[in-house]
Amino acid sequence: MSAITHHISQDLLAAYAVGHLPKAFSVVIAAHISLCDECRASYEALQALGGAVMESTGSEKVSDRLLTSVLDRLDDDWDDETAYERSGIYPGPVMETMNGRQPRWKKLGMGVKQDILLADAEGSVRLLYIPPGQAVPDHGHNGQELTLVLQGSFSDETGHFGVGDLEIADESLEHTPIAEDGVACICLAATDASLKFNAFFPRLLQPIFRI
Amino acid sequence: MLLAELQMETIPKVGILPTKGSVVTIERQEISQQTTWMLAVRDARDRSAFARLFDYYAPRLKGFLMKSGASSEAAEEVIQDVMLTVWRKAGQFDPHKSQVSGWIYQIARNRHVDVLRKTKKPLPEELSLVTHDDDASQIIALEQEVDKLKTALGRLKREQRDMIERAFLGEHSHQEISDDTGLPLGTIKSRIRLGLDRLRHELKGMR
Repeated sequence: MSAITHHISQDLLAAYAVGHLPKAFSVVIAAHISLCDECRASYEALQALGGAVMESTGSEKVSDRLLTSVLDRLDDDWDDETAYERSGIYPGPVMETMNGRQPRWKKLGMGVKQDILLADAEGSVRLLYIPPGQAVPDHGHNGQELTLVLQGSFSDETGHFGVGDLEIADESLEHTPIAEDGVACICLAATDASLKFNAFFPRLLQPIFRI
Repeated sequence: MLLAELQMETIPKVGILPTKGSVVTIERQEISQQTTWMLAVRDARDRSAFARLFDYYAPRLKGFLMKSGASSEAAEEVIQDVMLTVWRKAGQFDPHKSQVSGWIYQIARNRHVDVLRKTKKPLPEELSLVTHDDDASQIIALEQEVDKLKTALGRLKREQRDMIERAFLGEHSHQEISDDTGLPLGTIKSRIRLGLDRLRHELKGMR
């Protein structure tokens, strides 16, 4: 695996750390941190700073019975929420979003496939499967788009993206990602609004495929 | 030992941040009380150490949560959940990677946001190799980095510090802080970066 060269911006990471991102984006950030030591270190450093801030914001007296009630519950049974583990190329947070299943690919044409993992009012996150040499239809953005490579690689006007690399795109970027030779490129892509496609044909398909 | 050093070592209950202008050359000699308690909870399931952690963190968590907009009752609900999580997931605490305050901050913040949003925030995979083979000098080195962070925070002007605080309480984005203050965030970031280098090397060594 080549080294990760495209990382999470500090602003996005901070927004993620304090819980400000839409869930669709958080999945991508959590997946990238799972793959990237450098961003994990930045994330840990933000937590350390958060801890320092928490300690300095001032105390409020807690109820007298609070400690007792916590101590009384220490031996209670508890559900250890399943921490989803990485499965093949899919990091834990992606497995969690899929509830532990494998992708259910739906064909988009030209060998391109997708699986929408989550779509709500704030945004959506999906897996994209792009055969080598194949382009994802050229599109502009209504909002921000995060694309994390899980397998293979793609390149576009802004550079080369291999496994673990994260592309951050906004309205201003008109790009044409093309999967590079080798294995098919599988990406995790989140958008905070529907992508608008430039080509006539894909735009017709947009409502159908919810791209 | 300078007085300021002595204070940092011995009065963790008040004045965690040195006030602006105080002497702030901190060289840690030993592992902090909080980390010692946390390790006793993790390794010996020590209830009295847990109670001490509770006494130290519960009021701070409450202050922090109420400033984040929670009512007193809601804050105490979250605190119960957080402290139970601290007890149950103690095995995941790695003092080479996290400082107790940061670790608990993260649990509390995530819990608070989950309650508000009524959904579970996706979290990164846990590192599989949490080493329980603790190296005191490494732990102290990490705590020293965090001390430097606190010092940098303490040196900011009041309004700049408020800005940083609000970001971590979840009211402002980092970008807004940067827009408003510029330089201080640079200071904070360079402090973060120093800590990062260390963390990064450790993480590499763990893989």
